[in-house]
This record gives sequence, C-alpha cells and structure tokens, in this order.
Amino acid sequence: MSAPVLWILLPLVFASLLLIISNQKAIFLVACLLSLFLAMAAWLLPIDTVLTIGSWTFKLAPSVEILGRNLTLTSANRSFLVLIYGSALFWFIPVASLQIARRMIPLGLAITSLLVAALAVQPFLYAALIIEVAVLISIPLLTPSGQNPGKGVIRFLIFQSLGVPFILFSGWLLAGIGANPGDLGLVQQAATFLGLGFAFLLAIFPFYTWIPLLAEEAHPYVVGFLLWMLPTVTLFYGLGFLDSYTWLRDATFLNTFLTLVGTLMVVTGGLLAAFQHHLGKIMGYAIIVETGFSLLALSLGNTSGLNIFLLLLVPRAISLAIWALTLSILREQAPGLSLKDVKGLAHIWPFTTSALVLANLALAGMPLLAGFPAHQAVWEGLARSSLTVAFWVLIGSLGLFASAVRVLAALTAAPEGTPWGARENRTQRLLLAIGVVGLFILGLFPEWALPLWNRMPAIFQHLGQ
Amino acid sequence: MTVTLNWLMLLLAIFASTGLLFSRDWRWSLGLLAVQYLSVFWMVQAHWPITLAATKLVTGWMACAILGIAQLNAKEASESTWLQGRLFHIFAAGMVLAATFALSLRVDTWLGVSLPLAWGGLLLIGVGLLHLGITSDSFQVIIGLLTVMAGFEILYAAVESSALVTALLAVINLGLALAGAYFMNVDQEKPS
Repeated sequence: MSAPVLWILLPLVFASLLLIISNQKAIFLVACLLSLFLAMAAWLLPIDTVLTIGSWTFKLAPSVEILGRNLTLTSANRSFLVLIYGSALFWFIPVASLQIARRMIPLGLAITSLLVAALAVQPFLYAALIIEVAVLISIPLLTPSGQNPGKGVIRFLIFQSLGVPFILFSGWLLAGIGANPGDLGLVQQAATFLGLGFAFLLAIFPFYTWIPLLAEEAHPYVVGFLLWMLPTVTLFYGLGFLDSYTWLRDATFLNTFLTLVGTLMVVTGGLLAAFQHHLGKIMGYAIIVETGFSLLALSLGNTSGLNIFLLLLVPRAISLAIWALTLSILREQAPGLSLKDVKGLAHIWPFTTSALVLANLALAGMPLLAGFPAHQAVWEGLARSSLTVAFWVLIGSLGLFASAVRVLAALTAAPEGTPWGARENRTQRLLLAIGVVGLFILGLFPEWALPLWNRMPAIFQHLGQ
Repeated sequence: MTVTLNWLMLLLAIFASTGLLFSRDWRWSLGLLAVQYLSVFWMVQAHWPITLAATKLVTGWMACAILGIAQLNAKEASESTWLQGRLFHIFAAGMVLAATFALSLRVDTWLGVSLPLAWGGLLLIGVGLLHLGITSDSFQVIIGLLTVMAGFEILYAAVESSALVTALLAVINLGLALAGAYFMNVDQEKPS
C-alpha cells in the first residue's frame, strides 16, 4: 500500500460512497471514524519504513504514479496530514447537530482528500488545478437546494478559477528562471504571475470581496469549514514555492510585499468588521484578518516567521469552528443573522451567544484566549522592525474587538424583565463547552499544541532549517 | 496551408467569442461555444498530437451538452432588452480585439507560438474576462469562465503537454459546466 492511496484515494472512495447513503447518522459515524483513523495513522505510521507487527510486515510506499506524474507523501508530511484530518474530524463532529450532514460530510471529505492531493502532487505547481477541482466540488455546498446562487458564490468561483492560469504560467516561468537565474525580466514576470495567482486563490486584498458576501449568503458552518481548509492548504502551497526557489526566498521585495498586503488585509478587514450588521459578514471579515496575520507572520523571516505562522493554525481552526457552529445554531432559531434579528438572544441562548462572542474575541487576539499567543508574537515581531506597521495591525485587531463588543451589546439587548433560560440541547452545550475550554486552554497553555506544530517545519526543506 | 487555416480558425474564434458576448438566446450561445471549441482544438493541435488535442474538443462539446441539457430543464429566463448595452458591447469587444492584438505581437515570441495562435488565446481570455465583467447571470458567467479557460489552454499548450494537466483541465471544464448546470436548476430543487 502507498501513502497517497491511504490518505487521498481511500477518503475519496468513502466520500463517493457516503453520497449514496441517506442515513445522516451513518454518514456522520463513518466520516468521523475515517477521519480519526487517518489522523491517527498519520500520527503513528512512518512512511517508507518497514513496520513489523508480530509476523506481519508492511511498508507504506511514499509515492504513486498517475498519468506520468507522482503523488508523493513522505514522513515529513505526516504532521500536515494530522492537522488536516484532525481538523476535518473536529469540523465534522458538530455537523450531526446541524442537519447538514447529508451534503456537508461527503463533499467535505472529498474536498479534504483533494486538498491533500494538491500538496502531494509532483510537480507541485499542478496543485492549483486540484485546488480548483476542490472549489468546484464545494459549489453544491455553498448553494443549497431551493435557492438561487448569490453574488458571493459566483464571485468565489470566478476568483478561484482565475487564479489557476496565473499559477500555472508562473510555474513555467519559474522553470525558465532555473535555467537563467540572472534574467531579471523573467524574475519580475514570474513574481507578478505568482503574486496574482495567490492573490486570487488566497483572496488577498483587493480580491477578497467575495468572502463577506459568501459568509452572508451561505450556511455559516459550510463557509467556516471551507474558509479554514482552502486558505490553509493554499498557504502551505505558497510556502512550497518559497521553499523550492531560493531567489524567491531571498528576494528583498517579498517581505515588504507580504507586510504591505498583510497589513492592508488586517486593517481593512478589522475596520470593516466593526461596521457590519450581519454576524456572518463579521466572521467573513475575521477570516480576512486571519489571512492577513498569516502573511504578516511569514513576512517576519524564515524560521521564526514560519513557527508563528504554524502557531496561528490550531487556534484559528478552533475559533472558526466555534464561531461557525454558534452562527449555525442561531440561524436555525432566529429569522436571520443581522444584529436586529439576534437582539436579546443571549437571554434564551446563553451558551451559544457566549461562545460566539468568545470566538470573535479569540480571533481579535484577546489575552487569555487561543488567538492571543500567536497574535502577540506577530505584533512583537512587527514592532521590532516597524512600529507604524505594528500600530496599524493593532488598529485592525481593535476593529475586530469592536465588532465583538457590538455583537455582545446586540445579543444582550433584551427588553427589561425578559426571563433567562437555556434552549441549547445537551449535544450543543457539550460541543460549545469543549470548544470554549479549548479556547482558554490554548490561550493559557499554547505549548500544548506544540507536539503538532513542532514537527511541521520539517515539511519544508529550506524554510524549516 | 496550415498558416491559412490558423488564420481562418482565428477568425472563427473572433466570430464565436464576440458572438457569445452579444447572444442572449442560450441555444445560440451554446452553438457559438461549440464553434469556439473547434477553433481551440485547431490551435492546440499546432503544439500537441492530434489525439491529445482532441480532448479539448470532446471536453468542450461535452460542456456544451451539459449546459444545454440543464437549460432545457431550467425555467426560461425572461429575455432582457439589451439594445441599450449593444453599443457598449461593440465598443468593448473592439477594444479587447485591439488590445489583444497589440499584446499578441509580444507574446508570440515570448511563448514561441505563431501570431494567430497567440492572438486567439489572448482574445478568448480578454473576451471571457469582459463577459465576466458585464454579467451576473450564472449561465453567462460560466460561459465567460469557459472562454477564459479556453484561451488559457491555447497558450498553455505551447509550454506544457502533460497528460495529467490535460486530464485536470478537462475535469475543470466539465466541473465548470456542471456548476453552471447546478446553478441553473438549484432553485427548482426541493430544499433538503
């Protein structure tokens, strides 16, 4: 057996089978067990090493050939596989309480395995094509039955599709630079194509307009899942480019560009979040701010920047999952997700609304919560090189903080004398409680996530050194 | 002979892509899209073996078939009056034609392709982008995206002939058509 068969083909086959099954519980159980198995297997099983269990010996081959190209997963990729399948499990568990398992789990599993394939394909620039296939699979998730496709989903499709040609052409130009390293014109062209390709794929300023629109139109849990998976894998893909090309890694313009774009995303995303009236849109802008923080972390420099970038991932996954879950619960109960619609709901949905505000605050970098250690490291790193940039990034985070205060004010603004109660069911309370405890634990003891991310730099041969 | 045919196919691409910009009847649009894929096939086969280039034609026509079947099942959209936009469309298409010609004079040496092929590829990208910029209708958006991808495929064929890339691009084209079909019929599905 080979590693790509186990971590790519197997979940794809299961995803296809789950599409046929109509029993939501069965879908949920199979997908969760499979994700758990794949995450555990990635944690425990070495790749390309002979393992002996009793009289039984086996070896996971790292590579499989498809149409003349290879899908390769080495032992260095194991921590990434744990992150991806672990987070998939984390996202799938609450789906059982949301009545969207039938569509979300099979397609979510297929998207997850395709995104793993994107990082496994050699030459790695073909990943853009596989990411596009994952985007196409996500379309039925984002446009539920009985609804017309909104502007957000159409823009999402357009922008993601436009990224593919740029990335593929940049790959061709990069190969040219390998043969002619001194050709500055070629370097400029490759950098421009690459920059535009990633700007489309990662929804980098100014190409992020679809995120708030999508977050307003589509189911918040689906949006949360996709906007966790897609940018994370695309960022790893981008790091792959940095790792592979010395000229790109050493380019002086790269750090300036990442700092500028990251700051713009944090500032615009944070400030726009502060003025939104729709809870979904606020989450959308928070995702934009988070992508900005990832870019800023990478702008800090090779090893330390990479470590901070990795440190951002787990808190982001937990905060986003809680945020998306709380919005999904409120969406089923309230007429809509505008501040007007959710006014006073804290009195009858206290667990949900508290978790919602805490998740918002965690992504704003509030001390004691999960996002703080990584955000603080970014602020510190930026302040060392430029106080102005650090100041503007802080303004962006304050915008997100202000949005949390506005949401809190709306949620608690019930008419006087409104009785308190708790309408969440047991499952919802348990899931939210676990999530909130996780937010505090990662805020107080960020080193607990260390076993996952301290192995991750090994994925990158040069950046991780 | 080949050079003449290249220019003829370029004319066909100009006719089909600008026609797509003006067409408001989906039957005409799909017919023009099918013609456009014929020119794409010809331009791609200049660099690829004819058997591999045929995948572009087959995939493109399959995409047309998917969109056609979806349109048959979809509710007939009300025909908008578009006379007021016609002049703008003509002007914009003319601009794209001129701009892509100017650009193709540089791109042909850069990519090592002949002028009609470079112009054909850039023209389809330009007209596709124009299409995306002036419409919000999901069917037209998919047509625009397919046109952009077709233009890109003509240019990319000159630098890459991997079977995996060909297969993935075919999957993406069919996926776009299926997404379009889904968009057109999703409002008729019962909410799950």
